[in-house]
Amino acid sequence: MSAAPIKFYQVGSFAIGNRLLSPEDRSIQSDPERTNALTSGHRACQGCGEALGARYALDAAMRATDDKIIAVNATGCLEVFSTPYPESSWRIAWLHSLFGNAPAVATGVAAALKAQGKSDIRVIGQGGDGATVDIGFGALSGMFERNDDVLYICYDNEAYMNTGVQRSGATPPAARTATTQAVGENPGNVFGQGKNLPRIAMAHEIPYVATATVADLRDLEAKVIKAMSFRGARYIHVLVPCPLGWGSESCDTIKIARLATQSGLFPVFEAESGEVTSSTPIRHRVKVEEYLKLQIRYSHLFSPNRRDDVIDLLQATADKNISRYNLIPDESGSI
Amino acid sequence: MLRQVEGSKAVADTVAACRPQVICAYPISPQTHIVEGLSQLVKNGSLDGCEFINVESEFAAMSVAIGASATGARTYTATASQGLLYMVEAVYNASGLGLPIVMTVANRAIGAPINIWNDHSDSMSQRDSGWIQLYAETNQEAADLHVQAFKIAEDLSLPVMVCMDGFILTHAYERVDVPERSQVDKFLPPFVPRQVLDPNNPVSIGAMVGPEAFTEVKYMAHMKNQLALEVIPKVARDFQKAFGRSSGGLVRGYKLDGADTVVIALGSILGTIKDVVDEMVAADIAIGVIGIIAFRPFPTDVVRTALSHAKRVIVLEKAFQVGIGGIVIENVRASLRGSSTKDYTVIAGLGGRPITKDSLRQYLNRACVDGVEDLTFLDLDQELADSEILREVW
Amino acid sequence: MEKPFAITLSVNSSLANHTGSWRVEKPEYVHRMPPCNNACPAGENIQNWLYIAEDGSYEAAWRALILENPFPAIMGRVCYHPCQSVCNRAELDEAVGINSVERFLGDHAIEKGWSIPPPTVESGFKVLVIGAGPAGLSAAYHLRSMGHSVTVRDATHAPGGMMRYGIPKYRLPREVLDAEINRIKDMGVQFEMNTRVDDVHEALNEGFSAVFLAIGAQLSKRAYIPASEAARILDAIKVLHDVEEGNQPLLGRKVVVYGGGNTAMDVARTAKRLGAEEAIIVYRRTRDKAPANDEEITEALEEGILVKWLSTVKHVDEKSMQIEKMALDADGYPQPTGEFETLEADSLILALGQEVDFSLLGNSADIDTKDGVMPVDSTMMTTHPGIFAGGDMIPAERTVTTGVGHGKKAARNIDAWLRKTVYEKIDNNDLVTYEQLNTWYYTDAPHIVRERLEATRRAKDFSEVVKGLDESNALYEARRCMSCGNCFECDNCFGVCPDNAIIKLGPGKGFEINLDYCKGCGICVSECPSSSIMMVPDK
Repeated sequence: MSAAPIKFYQVGSFAIGNRLLSPEDRSIQSDPERTNALTSGHRACQGCGEALGARYALDAAMRATDDKIIAVNATGCLEVFSTPYPESSWRIAWLHSLFGNAPAVATGVAAALKAQGKSDIRVIGQGGDGATVDIGFGALSGMFERNDDVLYICYDNEAYMNTGVQRSGATPPAARTATTQAVGENPGNVFGQGKNLPRIAMAHEIPYVATATVADLRDLEAKVIKAMSFRGARYIHVLVPCPLGWGSESCDTIKIARLATQSGLFPVFEAESGEVTSSTPIRHRVKVEEYLKLQIRYSHLFSPNRRDDVIDLLQATADKNISRYNLIPDESGSI
Repeated sequence: MLRQVEGSKAVADTVAACRPQVICAYPISPQTHIVEGLSQLVKNGSLDGCEFINVESEFAAMSVAIGASATGARTYTATASQGLLYMVEAVYNASGLGLPIVMTVANRAIGAPINIWNDHSDSMSQRDSGWIQLYAETNQEAADLHVQAFKIAEDLSLPVMVCMDGFILTHAYERVDVPERSQVDKFLPPFVPRQVLDPNNPVSIGAMVGPEAFTEVKYMAHMKNQLALEVIPKVARDFQKAFGRSSGGLVRGYKLDGADTVVIALGSILGTIKDVVDEMVAADIAIGVIGIIAFRPFPTDVVRTALSHAKRVIVLEKAFQVGIGGIVIENVRASLRGSSTKDYTVIAGLGGRPITKDSLRQYLNRACVDGVEDLTFLDLDQELADSEILREVW
Repeated sequence: MEKPFAITLSVNSSLANHTGSWRVEKPEYVHRMPPCNNACPAGENIQNWLYIAEDGSYEAAWRALILENPFPAIMGRVCYHPCQSVCNRAELDEAVGINSVERFLGDHAIEKGWSIPPPTVESGFKVLVIGAGPAGLSAAYHLRSMGHSVTVRDATHAPGGMMRYGIPKYRLPREVLDAEINRIKDMGVQFEMNTRVDDVHEALNEGFSAVFLAIGAQLSKRAYIPASEAARILDAIKVLHDVEEGNQPLLGRKVVVYGGGNTAMDVARTAKRLGAEEAIIVYRRTRDKAPANDEEITEALEEGILVKWLSTVKHVDEKSMQIEKMALDADGYPQPTGEFETLEADSLILALGQEVDFSLLGNSADIDTKDGVMPVDSTMMTTHPGIFAGGDMIPAERTVTTGVGHGKKAARNIDAWLRKTVYEKIDNNDLVTYEQLNTWYYTDAPHIVRERLEATRRAKDFSEVVKGLDESNALYEARRCMSCGNCFECDNCFGVCPDNAIIKLGPGKGFEINLDYCKGCGICVSECPSSSIMMVPDK
């Protein structure tokens, strides 16, 4: 009998674990001794994508640094549900200051550590899309521009969820929010020019920029670990579906994130020093409709009248991403 | 070392002597010379183990300071005017988190209309922020107060604002005995943070506190601030022992013995006031002066005692509350509660308008015979203002 | 460190907040019925033994397999694997090659000499099994495992029944057959060969407490075909039997086989191997209606067997025969067309199906037969108490695997009957459908095709046509299994829970829900690849 090593396993890299893999090849989340940077008892809604994304990312960062991390958190859901007095869900050194200043506070932490000669302790800034692309944007840009030694992670759920689902600069076109209601001739959010923060981050030519979703843990973990191998400013943008704000089933959080990637609406890629270095190919391409129809925030595109004009525009966005990031390599050539 | 030096430079060198570990700043006049000086010291290597961060806004400056301080670094920043207002959210946050940051405010007016010159509108706007506020009368005191500020801040885990008049002090060349690092080292021990972000002993700083405990948190902040009324004089006494000169403390009285009339003020104007008072005393007018150094916490009891024999109090202020009048006077009245002492407010020096000895003398002479209104704007062009009001409003 | 009141909190303190109280539904780990298991006539727990095999624990996998079926090496060759026809993986890419993994495990066991230990406790009951075919041997094996003393009687001289006398050795090498039967012998089962039972009632008087009848269907069905004196007409079963016994039948250069079942294919292919230049199958219906397994038809065609679909034999002469073409009517039934053709042929082999020989019932009428088969009740018992029956002689599909399943089922019921209890089968009707799986997580992997002997070479001798998988291929194939309805420890639930409310119990132990914190969001259920977690109402 041949004893050739078997490279195939029942489930591949998309599953959290695989009992057949050697321990060193397993995901961090599959480890029963994982650190659970964000532990049980937090008050996130059922099926919260942000809670998941934060634990995924921070556990990976802890693994990469031998647990030596300090996290600075912007105001928002993640902060509120994790630290209502008298209970904290964090297992890491953690600081919340304000809504719009997490990147700058993180810079301060990094500066203090440098001054104290504690270069082994690494700093993470984190916040939602409002904190990142809107109110904290200036601070983030400053942190990027100075190339401060901070990994900033944006958990993007595409609106101000903590305050009751209002539009943010990251809210996609046509999406219903409390301030972009599904009424009038053009219901939902406007078709603006978009505020693509990963690309803005790339424009700062910082060492590392990546996008990820909660639907692909291995990818997210690998990117966090890779990010921790760089010094200087790094940015990871993680799509985290929000059942409450998107009007989706709590059990569909990961599915929706997956559809976002497989439709091309959310391109998953990484970039170094301003240049895209890789993108995650779409495995089973779906029409944007498959993604949209699971979310009440887009329900006005399907009833009472189907808005093919709007759906087509959103499909065009996805198609543009597919070609821009080479998400279907056979179709559009190399990057 | 006694040097003929610009106020800003004296402060910069003093701050450097305090061995800060993180300095961050955003340029705004008239604070710029201080951080320019510090940036040079960091860059040329004479401020070892210190990170100097050029931030993109004052909001970021205070935010960087918050992060650095929470990580156990002795942290310094400086600002003024619009800059202070731009960082206000973070100013409150720093005190709420109990972070012993020291910040110089090079006092300047607030626009609009934009005005770069001195008054106290900026720091006075932050009197409720939970910071300790110290006002320097001279550049010597400005320098000395920074040494004391770090000590007070770190003893209490509270941030301290050292206010010095923009341009009048910051840009003035005077003889200053600039504290040396070796002297400061004896006075100011290394920073031992009360709470610190440490992966080996992690805590969660900055929780959300609801109605069930918010009042207690705020009461405790008040009481802690009150503790400074003990700590500030003690630090001043210790400073005097260490440096051989008197600086700081809560208030400083001048010719109060037998004074019927007491003038109260903050900052550099006290020098001019004392000159005028000297002349008036020489003319047998029973007048004295109280300089308030610690405006927050307000030394209510100390002021009450100092005013116990006064028949009238005149508060000269470089800021005011639109719609009511003086700010400091409101605080002083708390010290006058139950007494029959009359009080007058004179708003002076707004937006850098010179406060001349002549104007001051005329006003005080009238005030000493109760010949002034409750609220006076010194050297106001009344005619101009009246006609413009008439034109705009009626 | 002095922590400021309320503003600074101790880490991990939210564990005091039991968010489980938010829940209205809770997830529950379940074991559901995979379609393969459900379809297996032998009742194999296929998903389970594939799961065990996936990490290379071949002996454990083999031992799990033989709990249900003692013949994996045989099954891996002759089973028509209905499991694969229903495999959910077929909708993703291609069905898992269950049969090839089964064969690998069976061959591996033979190679390693793994044996089955005799029972540790003897029950004291004696059971007679009549017929050493798949059903009888399976019953004997299971009954022996349960501690009963088992005697197998068969009229032929070597055990195996149709596995030996019906299935040609190019499909089932005899050393494989012997190895798996010998293992049963080694458990202490007594074989009395060359012993025809003429009266089953007499056997009961020999001290057997129960009898299992599994004599198969040995009699070839006849059809009236006008033929000249010199016409050479043979019976397929007899031909195959003779070949097995080493008696080469005289078939001539051109052979016509009449019938469309597996036996027709087998005998045509055998004829080729015996030297016939041409072997032509004549069948009255179309290929898709032919009862033969499609793989067997394909293999036969590959070997150069000719087939005349929609044709009947009308007349047989010495060197030729007349064929009438048929046409399908509106209902899809073949009807004569009156159009004839003449085929040159030296012999005609009839393969029109088999019937049961009930002569062993003796003159007793207390065992009912009906429509040429013997009905049994749900416990496999005939109308005579203590006499059970299975295999081709009862109404069921006539395949080896079905017979093996009958043997098992009968053994369990005989055991219960002997012990005066009732065998209660735990039914699991919770069949897993493809739509219930989350197939995103399975690695894309097409099925491995087993190597086949080159067609031109294989038709010349009796070498085994289909080759086995090597270890790496077998492992690959096993790992293609999606474990429908049964946890295979992919850790998805453990990873995707936003509330860390899944407890990982360790290898082989699965997971538990920590109901203190589970908010009932259901992500674990959605993201379970194999549909092994279900939401249930929480009281």
